[in-house]
Amino acid sequence: MTSKKVISALLLSSSLLTPLANADIKIGVVSSTTGPIALVGIPQKNTIPLLPTSAGGEKITYISLDDGSDPTATVKAFKKLIDEEHVDAIIGPSGSGNAMGVIQFAAESGTPMLAPVGTAAVVLPMTKQKKWVFKTTQNDDLIAKALVEQMKATGIKTIGLIGTADPYGENWAKVMKDLTQKADIQIVANEQFQRQDTSMTGQGLKILMANPDAVLIAAPGSSSVMPQTTLKDQGYSGKIYQTHGAALDPFLRLGGKAVEGTILAASSMLVLDEVPDSPSKEIATKYIADYKKLYGETPATFGGNVLDAGLLLENAIPSALKSGKPGSAEFRSALRDALEKTKEMPATQGVYNMTAENHSGFDERGRVLITVKDGKWTLLK
Amino acid sequence: MNFQIATLLGQDGLTNGAIYALLALSILLVFTVTRILLIPLGEFVTFGALTMAAMQMGKTPKLEWLLLGLVLIDCALDVYQQIKRHIDRNKMKMIALKLGYAVIIIALLNNLSLSEIPMIAQIALTLCLIVPIGPIIYRLFFQPLADAPALVLLIVSIALHVTMVGVGLLLFGPEGARTQPFSDTGFRLGAVMLKSQTLWVILVSIFLIVALFIAFERTLYGKALRATAVNRMGARLQGISPIFAGKATFALAAFIGSASGILIAPITTLYYDSGFIISLKGFVGAIIGGLVSYPIAAIGAVAVGMIEAFSIFWASNYKEIIVFTLIIPFLIWRSMNSHNVEDDE
Repeated sequence: MTSKKVISALLLSSSLLTPLANADIKIGVVSSTTGPIALVGIPQKNTIPLLPTSAGGEKITYISLDDGSDPTATVKAFKKLIDEEHVDAIIGPSGSGNAMGVIQFAAESGTPMLAPVGTAAVVLPMTKQKKWVFKTTQNDDLIAKALVEQMKATGIKTIGLIGTADPYGENWAKVMKDLTQKADIQIVANEQFQRQDTSMTGQGLKILMANPDAVLIAAPGSSSVMPQTTLKDQGYSGKIYQTHGAALDPFLRLGGKAVEGTILAASSMLVLDEVPDSPSKEIATKYIADYKKLYGETPATFGGNVLDAGLLLENAIPSALKSGKPGSAEFRSALRDALEKTKEMPATQGVYNMTAENHSGFDERGRVLITVKDGKWTLLK
Repeated sequence: MNFQIATLLGQDGLTNGAIYALLALSILLVFTVTRILLIPLGEFVTFGALTMAAMQMGKTPKLEWLLLGLVLIDCALDVYQQIKRHIDRNKMKMIALKLGYAVIIIALLNNLSLSEIPMIAQIALTLCLIVPIGPIIYRLFFQPLADAPALVLLIVSIALHVTMVGVGLLLFGPEGARTQPFSDTGFRLGAVMLKSQTLWVILVSIFLIVALFIAFERTLYGKALRATAVNRMGARLQGISPIFAGKATFALAAFIGSASGILIAPITTLYYDSGFIISLKGFVGAIIGGLVSYPIAAIGAVAVGMIEAFSIFWASNYKEIIVFTLIIPFLIWRSMNSHNVEDDE
């Protein structure tokens, strides 16, 4: 652990040396471009050059820091951005656990924080501190509802859960428990695993013994593949559901034939060609094209979450400028109020409608049901 | 729990245990010969697996630049030493050979269509790429402080581990990868389906362990390494170069590490940072053997694999805790039974 800290400290200090342009609006971006969740953080950092460069006639500069996936480093990065750089808002961090730890600092200093993280716990239940936090991903329960509805419609009575032993997997287990109860579906097995596990035979056997109609795997990134290949190898023949955490192209590449027929709910970014035209589709298509031009690969959804944060800010800044100058507490507070009043704003992940209670702001336009057919993401019809 | 489940778990535990045993042996070998606890061993595992995966995706593994960089630094140091003392023709030839080797490997990697060549060639290339990194690492980071206390060597070893994980992220990216199995066939053992890759892992591990045993018992070089392990000073007086011993053990460790990675890559998804936890379990095996006994270390490592497989089944969320708690009773038992020999502090 200490060794990881040393590295992140080095990285932090190297980013300190970057000269900063003197600009009007400063936005900090904290992402995990090294460490265990680099998978999430790298496309997020790559998105920074694509973020809006001006809003309401003022120039925006972005200050990017890496937290090395370490929650302690996230706190340091936030403090530095707030106390030394006097940023007007912060986009980040990448990890759910990292985000939970910095909410109080954002709230104490009155800095709006736009978190592109998975767990709904950063905005729910709403508290005095969490009112400074906005979340640019779909809440787990929004995705889960779509899956449970689909399960009910196809006559599934029992399910097994396999989740990662981290906030992501745990929150899913919680959400599913509530939703399945209402839908009269029984959870007959609940297993956990670590991302770096080299074998999942034990968990797979446990699930097989319970023999559920379907299995839901709740794991972020490529770790969602192994439970599924293990189950297939062991001869499990029921339906397999995945969460939006699996909605990445490496999932298809690593899973191959074993992931054929998987059902998951995620933002429409994966199946843009198949969804009807909408403002969201236009923005997402442009984002993907720009990203491809810059890096030669399609961005993971995580990058889209950061772009959305930028778009939300761009949308809120003009009205906030009326109340104060950038860099002042009045401006930040007005920015928060303006973000909360976001109405019908389309972005890559869906359409945002923020309210005082809902700081994620998605409705069912933010997710579609997707399946894997012939090794490609396809809209489930 | 019935017989079928027990067989499946046992097979799983044996597969992992075989890999842990290989790693435990290399940790032990490196430790007894050089007093270095080789923490970066796990990185060789991931480098091996991820290099294979890159090749199978038809990409040139970026690891070649690490090899080239290390060889260049190594040769530059050699040349500098030559100039400082006197120029030795044979030594200069060696330097040219080293450079030539790196260039040939890189030329091969860039000109072959890597995804289409037979798998055995991919494996050979991967090993040719990674094994030389072992001795160069010894030469660059450990040879200058070969006489330092074991603690200093441990600290350098940790630093090297952290750096190599970072290099891994840079070269291979944050994505997990897995490779194609050596062969697609599976077969039945009673009611249990066995994957052929499992057998490959177990057979190759046994083969390597036996080969190591024969090499150490029968060959002159093996005996030289054993002599160094028994008594460093004594071996030196007999004309065994400690530098040679260090480089040879590091080459062996790099070979075993990357071979393990290649073996398990078809069974599991490996990430740039997966290596540490794998080698740590090998380390638990080595500790059970008291960092001295090869057979006990190998048996201990297999036991770790077994306990891991069964604890996943019974309590998946406490698996790591169960495996690593295992080390405590053994440490207590070891420290009660051994006379405290602190030979080199």
